[in-house]
Amino acid sequence: MAGTQKERLVVIGNGMAGARVVEEILARDSDRFAITMFGAEPYGNYNRILLSNVLNGSQRTEETFLNPLAWYAVHDIQLHASVKATLVDRERRAVIGRPMRTDAPAYGLDGCAQAVPCVEEPYDKVIIATGSRPFVPPMDGMGKRGTFLFRTIDDCEQIAAYAKQCQRAAVIGGGLLGLEAARGLLTHGVEVTVLEAAPQPMSAQLDPESGDLLSRTLRQMDINVLLGKITTHILGEEYVTGLRFTDGSALETDMVVVSAGIRPIVEIATDSGLAVERGIVCDDQLRTSDPDVFAVGECVQHRGVIYGLVDPIWDQARTLADVITETNPASTYEGSKLATKLKVMGVELASMGETKKTEPDDEVVIYREPSRGVYKKLIIRDNRLHGAILLGEADTASTLIQMFSLDTALPERRADLLFGPANGASLLAAADLPDTAQICNCNGVSKGCIRAAIEGGCTSVMQVGAKTKAGAGCGSCQSLVAQLLETYADEVVEEPSEHYYVPGVPLPKPELIAAIREKQLKSVSAVFRELADGKEDPGSKIGLASLLKSLWPDEYEDERDARFINDRVHANIQHDGTFSVVPRIYGGVTSPAELKRIAEVAEQYNARMVKITGGQRIDLLGITKENLPKVWQALGIPSGHAYTKAFRTCKSCVGTDFCRYGLGDSIALAQKIERRYQGVESPHKMKLATAGCPRNCSEAYVKDLGAVAIGDGKWEIYIGGAAGGTVRKGDLLSTVEGHEQVLTYMGRFIQYYRENAKYLERTYGFAERVGIEHLRAVLIDDTEGICERLDAEIEKAVAAYRDPWSTEAVRPRNVSQFAGPLPVETSSGTWRETPREETVQ
Amino acid sequence: MSYSPVTETPPKPSHPRNTWSPTDPMDQVDLGSIDFIPPGEGRAYTFGRKTIAVFRQRDGRLFATDDMCPHKAGPLADGLVGSGKVICPLHMWKIDLETGRCLGENGAVRTYPVRAVNGRILVTLTA
Repeated sequence: MAGTQKERLVVIGNGMAGARVVEEILARDSDRFAITMFGAEPYGNYNRILLSNVLNGSQRTEETFLNPLAWYAVHDIQLHASVKATLVDRERRAVIGRPMRTDAPAYGLDGCAQAVPCVEEPYDKVIIATGSRPFVPPMDGMGKRGTFLFRTIDDCEQIAAYAKQCQRAAVIGGGLLGLEAARGLLTHGVEVTVLEAAPQPMSAQLDPESGDLLSRTLRQMDINVLLGKITTHILGEEYVTGLRFTDGSALETDMVVVSAGIRPIVEIATDSGLAVERGIVCDDQLRTSDPDVFAVGECVQHRGVIYGLVDPIWDQARTLADVITETNPASTYEGSKLATKLKVMGVELASMGETKKTEPDDEVVIYREPSRGVYKKLIIRDNRLHGAILLGEADTASTLIQMFSLDTALPERRADLLFGPANGASLLAAADLPDTAQICNCNGVSKGCIRAAIEGGCTSVMQVGAKTKAGAGCGSCQSLVAQLLETYADEVVEEPSEHYYVPGVPLPKPELIAAIREKQLKSVSAVFRELADGKEDPGSKIGLASLLKSLWPDEYEDERDARFINDRVHANIQHDGTFSVVPRIYGGVTSPAELKRIAEVAEQYNARMVKITGGQRIDLLGITKENLPKVWQALGIPSGHAYTKAFRTCKSCVGTDFCRYGLGDSIALAQKIERRYQGVESPHKMKLATAGCPRNCSEAYVKDLGAVAIGDGKWEIYIGGAAGGTVRKGDLLSTVEGHEQVLTYMGRFIQYYRENAKYLERTYGFAERVGIEHLRAVLIDDTEGICERLDAEIEKAVAAYRDPWSTEAVRPRNVSQFAGPLPVETSSGTWRETPREETVQ
Repeated sequence: MSYSPVTETPPKPSHPRNTWSPTDPMDQVDLGSIDFIPPGEGRAYTFGRKTIAVFRQRDGRLFATDDMCPHKAGPLADGLVGSGKVICPLHMWKIDLETGRCLGENGAVRTYPVRAVNGRILVTLTA
């Protein structure tokens, strides 16, 4: 390729559609085009679907980025961020762009900075992916302080900031996005009113009855829903104070968010002389009226339809990439059948096709259960599904969506479609489908493609997935893939690798342990050498290391390359490659002198944030790897182990030391527990707490192990609690007397967990799997006669503990354990950029 | 091919696999001793604004790539290495070190020819 000129592809728009089509193109042929992208927003692209999560604070802005700016560099894509393409000059074959003013919204009609030179990019092919902008219904007063649209990251941030000073907020628009905006606003502590012009919310997805049901559910969530309200005026002088409606009524509010639908952004196409109706008119290959100019996404009008959901856009992007890279020049996009499955404010909802009966012979099946807010409706025509609504309960949604999009014949018992078949059989007969039917909607895999893979020798769902990517997305089509295997494969093989302890060594756990013992394998590399033909699968290293360490506590050969980076450098890696340092603070009790020292270290080594953790510790964030040993030495405090699968922390309340309700000395107990079990490794992390009374201020009920004082020197020991992604109250193991007994029983449980849990199984999963009765019998009543041995084993582990910070700060395990990137002088002194096509492949 | 075995002896010109004659001395950069990288691990090297990762497998094979995961720019040099693959420490994306391609995901990193000669790591920055 060297020396030949690449075709120049200019992509206008850097949203989800633009970035997706570029990814699809790169996946087909990464060398064909020199790619330039224009993005009116100053970011890399981000997942707009998650914006409501940014607004309600459940995700940070950064988490919505699909491709960070580095992605563009990696793929040699030139990105003009904050530059708006304004014209496709088809005579001179160049795209003209103008830098945006920093204060202008990306979707605005204008907003280009004046007196700044234009950007001009010559092209061979252009893809327009300008997307859409919010529709603002005609009304007076839009633009006053306190009026917002809901479309971009900037909008979200401004809404969140403004809501802090408000008591009441109104959302104009009761569609999907409007309700998401309302949900986001609720989290900011404002009273929220949703205003919808139609007589029901979500009229695109729901019929009137399910709309009523949803309104009722929303009202129960303290959202005021006003229907049939069309706003004429936003009231207030400089700031918003209220709204007035066409019926003459009014509403007081401190802010207004308009989310009343979207309209395609088409000006660049109009100005460039392309065919535009409501959207940019495209053929079945996403080509506009100019054969070198394509379009994709929400700006496209295809066969008269404009799509505003992601699935059709993904379909369009695939076809466009097939066509433009000529990997499949005959590929066509023939429109999408719209089906959505989502949660509105925590309420499950699936909706597809029509919402009401349109033909006289349409068969309508309805199930209502108002007390639980459940409503299910099917519209059936000629024994095919033409529409469905599932509100409040959507268990059969995936199957219905498959049947709807594949247009399959329906089972006679319609109830099976609403509740699933009573006998648990599959509703869909995959064998009856045509080869063109799309089985995996996530990755766009057809039945024909899967059938070819099976006839080509795939004998398991996993193999089909590896070959075709079918089932690799949400996984809901795997049962269909299994059916196809039964139909077309000569023999169906249950994948043995599903039972392997780690993927890289072909043995289930018991056989693996037996082989390790028999061959006396004491290092990870020895296991690979003896049991995996020398293939060192990197994904298997950590699991093997954990297993070997438990099998050979004294003789395990610790190879550092088998550790995750956190355990190589005893700190927790952060998203930018820096590390977090959490010093051990026993029981969460520190001193002024210690705090001063921590503060000095934080300043000296430029900790970018100093944060109190959930486990009552102090976290110094943004420390570089090379500074870690210096930071530890300067701190002079042992490691808090906030990075490894081990005993982490034991937090406490102030207990009898200060609290007027305290029944037991929770601080002294927490400190004893932590000094004893610090750094003891286990299948997964262990977080502990002690509480001085059942008020549970330190959350001991929901910890891996918790001790709660109940008076008279008695403590309850809880195990298997969780308050992370899973929330579970711990099981009461026993009630014991005094600190020493707490320490003994906790240690006994920890050792039993170390020996019997699966790798990466938290205590809550373990406790549920083996059952609390069993644990009580073994650990309290000693029915298996192993308590003495467990106590001795945990004592050994405690005695073997060495603080890694104090030892490895002065004596690193290898010459470059804490090395950052090593600067290298080249003879020319500078890096010479290499053309991409010469090095990749 | 972006790797060659670690050799402790000078390359023999007669052996095609070990033939190495620098056409442009700037192409070959000496990164220093192989001992800087513990067996089975990776380390990062910077050249001004660019950072590359060099991986030393336990079987002696060496690989070099840009030190930036195509997913979220994670530091690949801190990843887990073996059988010609590295796993990014941030979100466990797996990358084939011979081709630079991500396995199971779209994307790729640039790879560089690298070898050890007399115990020193030599990387070719321009191919």
